[in-house]
Amino acid sequence: MIRDDHMETVSPFDEAGIEATIREAAEAGTPIVVRGAGSRSGLGRPVQAAITLSTERLTGVTLLEPSELVVSAKAGTTVAEVEAELARVGQRLAFEPLDHRALYGTTAEPTVGGLVATNASGPRRVIAGAARDALIGVRLTTGRAETIRSGGRVMKNVTGYDLVKFACGSHGVLGVVTEATFKTLPIAETEATLVLEGLDDAHGVAALCAGMGTPFEVSGAAHLPALNGAPSRTCLRLENFESQVAYRAGQLAARLKGFGTASRLDAEASRTLWREIGAAASLLGAPERAVWRVSVAPTRGPGVVARLGPLAEAHIYDWSGGLIWVATSAEGDAGASTLRPIVREARGHATLMRAPDAVRAAVDVFEPEAPALARLTAGLRASFDPAGVLNLGRMHAR
Amino acid sequence: MSGIALLAPDPTILARRDAIVAGLRAIVPGEGVIVSEDERRAFESDALTAYRRVPMVVVLPSTTEQVAEVLAFCSREGVPVIPRGAGTSLAGGALPQEDAVVLGVAKMSKVLDVDLANRTVRVQTGVTNLGVSAAIAHEGFFYAPDPSSQLACTIAGNVAMNSGGAHCLKYGVTTNNLLGVTFVTLKGEIVEIGGDALDAPGLDMLGLICGSEGQFGVVTEATLRILPLAEGARPILFGFPSPEAAGACVAAVLGAGIVPVAIEYMDKLAIDICEDFAKAGYPRDVGAMLIVEVEGSAAEIDEQLARIGAIAEAHGATYARQAKTLAEAAAIWKGRKSAFGAMGRVSDYICMDGTIPTGKLPEVLTRIGEICEAQGLKVANIFHAGDGNLHPLVLYDMNDPVSLAKAERAGEDILLACVEAGGCLTGEHGVGIEKRDLMTAQFTRIELMQQMRVKSVFDPAWLLNPAKVFPLENRIAKAAA
Repeated sequence: MIRDDHMETVSPFDEAGIEATIREAAEAGTPIVVRGAGSRSGLGRPVQAAITLSTERLTGVTLLEPSELVVSAKAGTTVAEVEAELARVGQRLAFEPLDHRALYGTTAEPTVGGLVATNASGPRRVIAGAARDALIGVRLTTGRAETIRSGGRVMKNVTGYDLVKFACGSHGVLGVVTEATFKTLPIAETEATLVLEGLDDAHGVAALCAGMGTPFEVSGAAHLPALNGAPSRTCLRLENFESQVAYRAGQLAARLKGFGTASRLDAEASRTLWREIGAAASLLGAPERAVWRVSVAPTRGPGVVARLGPLAEAHIYDWSGGLIWVATSAEGDAGASTLRPIVREARGHATLMRAPDAVRAAVDVFEPEAPALARLTAGLRASFDPAGVLNLGRMHAR
Repeated sequence: MSGIALLAPDPTILARRDAIVAGLRAIVPGEGVIVSEDERRAFESDALTAYRRVPMVVVLPSTTEQVAEVLAFCSREGVPVIPRGAGTSLAGGALPQEDAVVLGVAKMSKVLDVDLANRTVRVQTGVTNLGVSAAIAHEGFFYAPDPSSQLACTIAGNVAMNSGGAHCLKYGVTTNNLLGVTFVTLKGEIVEIGGDALDAPGLDMLGLICGSEGQFGVVTEATLRILPLAEGARPILFGFPSPEAAGACVAAVLGAGIVPVAIEYMDKLAIDICEDFAKAGYPRDVGAMLIVEVEGSAAEIDEQLARIGAIAEAHGATYARQAKTLAEAAAIWKGRKSAFGAMGRVSDYICMDGTIPTGKLPEVLTRIGEICEAQGLKVANIFHAGDGNLHPLVLYDMNDPVSLAKAERAGEDILLACVEAGGCLTGEHGVGIEKRDLMTAQFTRIELMQQMRVKSVFDPAWLLNPAKVFPLENRIAKAAA
């Protein structure tokens, strides 16, 4: 990393300032690292850049229309502010944002820009979709120092290519998202979670899949293996009107009888549990451990973990078993050379979410792409950022 | 023939027709290459029937490998390729050109794998949209996006246009229900994008390809997310004295924290035409009508409909009819789902597809009325009210060129009004040729240039569906292939 005294942080107040910064950097060939509040700054490969371009001064909720289920905010607005504004009118984002602070041990309030750049999606992903699914419009200042819009403020829009989705999760390598518009939904009247205890991974994930196959709209499905003498917990969340949750909890418990007798957590306990599952970190042991995020079809998850053997020092399953958080030793390559082939054989992919800078600089943080796909990625990236100055090396080694 | 300019055929390609046909026959045997003029004529248009062009040749491969070889061949020969699903595009997305190869996926229509535990199906993309749900209905599952043409339209076309439907208020459109594709590039590379996990690594290539209108490559297989069927579903029909009252009711329902699976709106003319045709029992003495559908157990449905009913009453509903049986539910939907067919019986029409912020509904409806009146044409309004996706049907006479020109003019003005109201040119049909020349109303030159650069990464010589999406003027320079 370039030392701090050589780094300049630029925090423009508006899009014109973002454009000017990028224009100058592109002309000079000076690399830029893009940053929101920095709550997820341990995500991706370390970037060497002379300029940090911060969006933290682009703030404010710019549109809130509850009867149209839509909210817009500038990139530097905190997710907490957006959620608070929405809560005032009984709504929330249509997806569940994932908060990475516990994982990275950071304290800054996550911003809308960082949320979009990382497509950070929590447990409700299984039913409500990811950030990319709720995102209906963006303003993006590209590496050409041009600000383009894609999508808009309406729910259904196929006018032109879907650069909204393409920008979401692009880790700042195409441009700087300056404003985002999301679909919202009413906050559920209440929630409850059914918990089955003592299942092994295979049965736990089978129970989750069985629950997801019912019509009761399970909105969280996680399996937490036995830890420190406490039994494993297989957790299924229901969110809806009070009477529906009561009815559905009974029906769901009956459908899952073959897996054991489910206990029921009320709304308060349920909320606490899912915050913990979403944050993942505290369930994975010591903060020195490296953390992998493995994405795979749910039923193949337990097989992946079994093959990892002792390499997996701790693990939990979210997304019905399709998202596995795996803690490994941060030594060497953090297990990459063993883990990647096993995940690939299960037709999944893995991201090294947390590891020391040196490890993330040396191994592929994101799943390496097949050559034909890598060529398309490189071409597309160059079409947005021909000078190659934005978050260079964040996703893939140069 | 009418207003929208098409690309002039390239005589140097037409001159090589025999060699091109021979080259395709070497890749796809027998009936898979269609050469005779009679048979080619079946492919001359899609559902935008005012525009027709008989293609040079049609090829219907049976495997992904054949698709790859065909694309590589066309790329080498510099021949335009028009990908085609079932040809149900209302926007001219599958309209051929005389110097092009139409590449259809009709012969690749198998459901390859059903995985209920992981809630996915793997299909060849020539399968129809309804064919996917039909393959899993007996297991209690369905595929959510439900375009009106779902009996005929293919998953290939759905992916190309990012198709929606009446029920996407709750379940999303194609892009929200697509997990992976086998994507064939123009060079003939076969690329797997995504898979059967809930997300894919790298940049969101899947999201970019979905809705790219056949301009990036050809998708031959897809992994789709499927969902468990609800315990039950029940529509309720409300009549309102005015469009304004119906619009205010929609906003109030959503604002009250209720998200039905579908909210469909029909105006007076649409009601009359559908009722004449379908005898669905729609009220004729109202100014506008809503069909609201909710899902769940019987008790859950009762509770939700009671809440919705109270809101409708407070907004002046003068008529309410809840389906008490499956047959009554089917009757309520029958009128709406047969709307396009019913309309076609009384008049030729063009079906527009703008989206607006739902709060702007009353003023946009007024504007639509004025626009059509100025052209001396009638308009029937049908739309997905929950998400603001309008389908004004502008009635005209296809045999009268003046009438068609007026209808197209009215259609354009309607879409421009949608954009002015903060909405967009197309909610679910796509740009195709129909809205191509209006793209400059929605996007700046800079924005269009960036989109065209993206196309050029996939297709530097602009051979894939080249006449579509972008105005013919001010296009990005083609790179040598």
